[in-house]
Amino acid sequence: MINLDMGLDPQSNMSLGEKLGQISWSLVLLITAVACIGFAMLYSAANGNFDPWATRQIMRFAVGLVLMLVVALIDIRLWLKFSYFLYGIAFFLLIVVEVMGHVGMGAQRWIDLGFMQLQPSELMKVTLVMALARYFHGASLEDTGRITFLIPALVMIVAPVCLVLLQPNLGTSLMLLMVSGAIFWLVGVRLWKFALVIGSVLAAIPVIWHFMHDYQKNRVNTFLNPENDPLGHGYHIMQSKIALGSGGMFGKGFLMGSQSHLNFLPEKQTDFIFTMLAEEMGMVGALVFLAMYALLLVYGYVIAMRCRHQYGRLVAMGLTVNLFLYMFINIAMVMGLIPVVGVPLPLISYGGSSALTVMIGFGLLLCVHVHRDVRMSRRGMSDF
Amino acid sequence: MFNAIDRDAERQRVMNRRTLVLGGLKAGALSALVARLYYLQVLEGDHYTTLAEDNRISLRLLAPSRGIIVDRSGVPLAVNEQNFRAVLVSERTDDVDETLDKVVKLLPLTDADRRRILRDVDRLRSFAPVTLRENLTWDQVSAIEVNLPDLPGVSIEVGQVRSYPFGEQAAHILGYVGVVSEQELQNARDPLLSLPGFRIGKSGIERKHDLALRGTAGTSQLEVNAVGRVVRELARNDGQPGHQVTLTIDAKLQYYAQQRLAEHESAAAVVLDVQTGGILALASHPSFDPNQFAMGIPQDLYDSLIKNEASPLTNKVVAGHYAPGSTFKPMTALAGLEAGVDPTHRVFCPGHYDFGGHTFHCYKKGGHGSVDMHDAIRMSCDVYFYDLARRIGVDRIADMARRFGLGDRTDLDLPGEKTGIIPDTKWKRRTYKENWYDGETLSVAIGQGYVTATPIQLAVMCARLASGGKAVKPHLTKAVEQEYTEQTNWPDIGVKPEFIQRVLAGMAGVTSAGGTAYAARITQPGFEMGGKSGTAQVKRITMAERNAGLLKAERPWKDRDNALFIAFAPVQAPRYACAIIVEHGVGGSSVAAPIARDLLLEIQLMEAARAQQADAGATAPAGDGAAAATPSASTQVTAAPAMPGEGTPR
Repeated sequence: MINLDMGLDPQSNMSLGEKLGQISWSLVLLITAVACIGFAMLYSAANGNFDPWATRQIMRFAVGLVLMLVVALIDIRLWLKFSYFLYGIAFFLLIVVEVMGHVGMGAQRWIDLGFMQLQPSELMKVTLVMALARYFHGASLEDTGRITFLIPALVMIVAPVCLVLLQPNLGTSLMLLMVSGAIFWLVGVRLWKFALVIGSVLAAIPVIWHFMHDYQKNRVNTFLNPENDPLGHGYHIMQSKIALGSGGMFGKGFLMGSQSHLNFLPEKQTDFIFTMLAEEMGMVGALVFLAMYALLLVYGYVIAMRCRHQYGRLVAMGLTVNLFLYMFINIAMVMGLIPVVGVPLPLISYGGSSALTVMIGFGLLLCVHVHRDVRMSRRGMSDF
Repeated sequence: MFNAIDRDAERQRVMNRRTLVLGGLKAGALSALVARLYYLQVLEGDHYTTLAEDNRISLRLLAPSRGIIVDRSGVPLAVNEQNFRAVLVSERTDDVDETLDKVVKLLPLTDADRRRILRDVDRLRSFAPVTLRENLTWDQVSAIEVNLPDLPGVSIEVGQVRSYPFGEQAAHILGYVGVVSEQELQNARDPLLSLPGFRIGKSGIERKHDLALRGTAGTSQLEVNAVGRVVRELARNDGQPGHQVTLTIDAKLQYYAQQRLAEHESAAAVVLDVQTGGILALASHPSFDPNQFAMGIPQDLYDSLIKNEASPLTNKVVAGHYAPGSTFKPMTALAGLEAGVDPTHRVFCPGHYDFGGHTFHCYKKGGHGSVDMHDAIRMSCDVYFYDLARRIGVDRIADMARRFGLGDRTDLDLPGEKTGIIPDTKWKRRTYKENWYDGETLSVAIGQGYVTATPIQLAVMCARLASGGKAVKPHLTKAVEQEYTEQTNWPDIGVKPEFIQRVLAGMAGVTSAGGTAYAARITQPGFEMGGKSGTAQVKRITMAERNAGLLKAERPWKDRDNALFIAFAPVQAPRYACAIIVEHGVGGSSVAAPIARDLLLEIQLMEAARAQQADAGATAPAGDGAAAATPSASTQVTAAPAMPGEGTPR
């Protein structure tokens, strides 16, 4: 008989020191390096001042770094155990913002915690991944082949997506759908099912269009034709393209981005920070930045592939997709490839709750790495 | 157990495969971003760089200061004065209304002003200054300055406004400036014109030399942010201030001429330099104050100027055309001489001339008796010229008159210049489609009938005579900046000098004993003038009136004869020529000639004083010469006593 346990469970109960040793410090370093680019950009956005953004961003990152490590060190089986619970909390908070949320930027998205504003939809981006990973952790290919098996997962996705849409926050709801789609894809849901869903969504677009807010319709319209409305919604995209394009190959130099510094660029410290980076650092700088980001994604992939349990693989892949979506949507938006949707650039954009959830996400990624060889039963609990 | 492992392995194989697909998708998406980056930053980089510069740099025009206009010796005729205006920057005050309430205590602001200010505050960006009031007096400026701490957002700005120190006295020469009209804006390419409040020359010299006076716009390259707030000035080019324009006018003579005309209801006078054609004085009365135009003239004042029947806005020297009357006789005489008429041939004047069943009258009822050409000019005998004209025909007279500049514009570029009419047989056929009647020739001979001329044309005619037949052209501009444009060697007009000398001698006789203008002669030796009087009918005198002996002074003002005089001085080697018209002044020799006398004496005395100064300056140490007093000619004029029994010469 082959000893099935052999070599499978050397780390089920690692000491803290062992865990710290297992943390991928090179990933932590890479994260910090990317964040430092963000600090520099915020310093530049404030015309060469640490106030009002850079200092606070550094402090937040420091807090986030600690949080990330804490999350990473917690046993992954605990995260597995509490996946549904955390998902439930995030879902509950989404309902809370819907009922009594703070009105900001024309949409109900935040809960004011006093020291920071909490965006439950950001939290949902992480917890939905965890909950789906938990759901599919023990599922076999036969399971995922059955539609009845998929229905509870679909409910888990559609319910928060609807709430986020109600806020209304088109960008985040699309991100939630895409991450979920990626997980469905990875667990082996057949392609024709995707085709079916995508087809029916396309068919539903006229209906969705009918129920969309005017500002959302405007955004789509403006995206399709920005030059039609140069001082309205198209203004932002036009100005962003001007700033970006005028950066050229080598950029205008740090602190020299005239478009950004003269306020032609809207929201240069948050959603349009990549534009400023590309204006000041040029294409070369932007490529270096994109390469660092791509490296982050590669880390995510490697961690997922090296993980020996389905939960870890799915969490790592989900979070990597999440990170990718953040980056892609943000950068594609500022370059005028997709409509203006308020999605920040993780680690770079100034902001509270997105930075926090991004760090939690990285924490979970590291956690998967630390616990890559933890032995977990299909149900996830037996060996704990 | 194996089964479970197999199933797990299969699940993982599927996942690995699909992970690869997902990674491929991501790599594709990333490539799309890189491609877009390359497109925007490298392929379209130049395009966006241009757009970015446009975004960033705002080019502001700086108005250059307008060139000044000076007289021939540098006396300023048109200058720029500081113009103070109070402005409000709304972002610097918490409560615009409250600030305005305080301002009202210092500056009178009407409700309409207030409404305009509040509208501007709403309309303009909060850092843009809104004009509260322009053209502040010094007292108002001081009041505002003292109270500035109480007036948040208010400040005083200095601009320039055109000012004419001589006011009415040179209005018709200088013209005035005004705001750019919509049409001018469309036609012009100079960006200066679009500056708010920019003023350009609208008439006179201000208009003729507008381009030189205007200067070139300065620019200030300002770095601005998205809302247009100035961050800093990147570069500044102050532009070129306008050129100084030097006129041929003598400010003192001009002033004197205008004063002298003011004794009459409506009159015009022009004095020329015979050699250069430079205009020393050009006066038209009544006049207007160009300063009011520069400031923006009130409507009621403008209406009163327009309605005034003496038309103050019209420059009568160029825009008034009059029958020259007897001042035209030198042309008839010259035409006769050129046609071979013997000047010693005598004609008997019985006081009238019968021709073609009509009776043509001489102004002198009893007639002049037997006169030759010299006498005829001296005494202005009409009958002699009727006879002469009948013999030579109208075309010769017209040809002569045209060579002396009549019937053609002088190109002075003063507004409303008229051509005047020198009729001949062709002209009549062209204009009326009728043949010329010989009787009409007789009217032309004495400067009546169809003949009209402007005072400037008469002055030019006189100057061409006085220069001995040079085609002198009048002009007002002596120099633009340092470029002198004066011309002295004019071409010959092709009349034999001896003929001209004969006519000039006749004209000298006009102011000699027995001449029509003997009473208005210059008595200072060496300064004597020659001339020719003219009293031109405005309205035909009917037979009934002539028989009733209606006195000229009893007719309504508008129907009275125009008084004209042309003159040159000194008689030997003439240097100055002038033409005077007093509208409805009745007597050419009694009303117009004294003005000519005074102006010609004034300019000669001034010139003499200048020559004396120059001499003194050359011999005495520098500085003494400048201190020498200029004798005022006007006080030295000794009006010659009227000779009894002269009658009323025309």
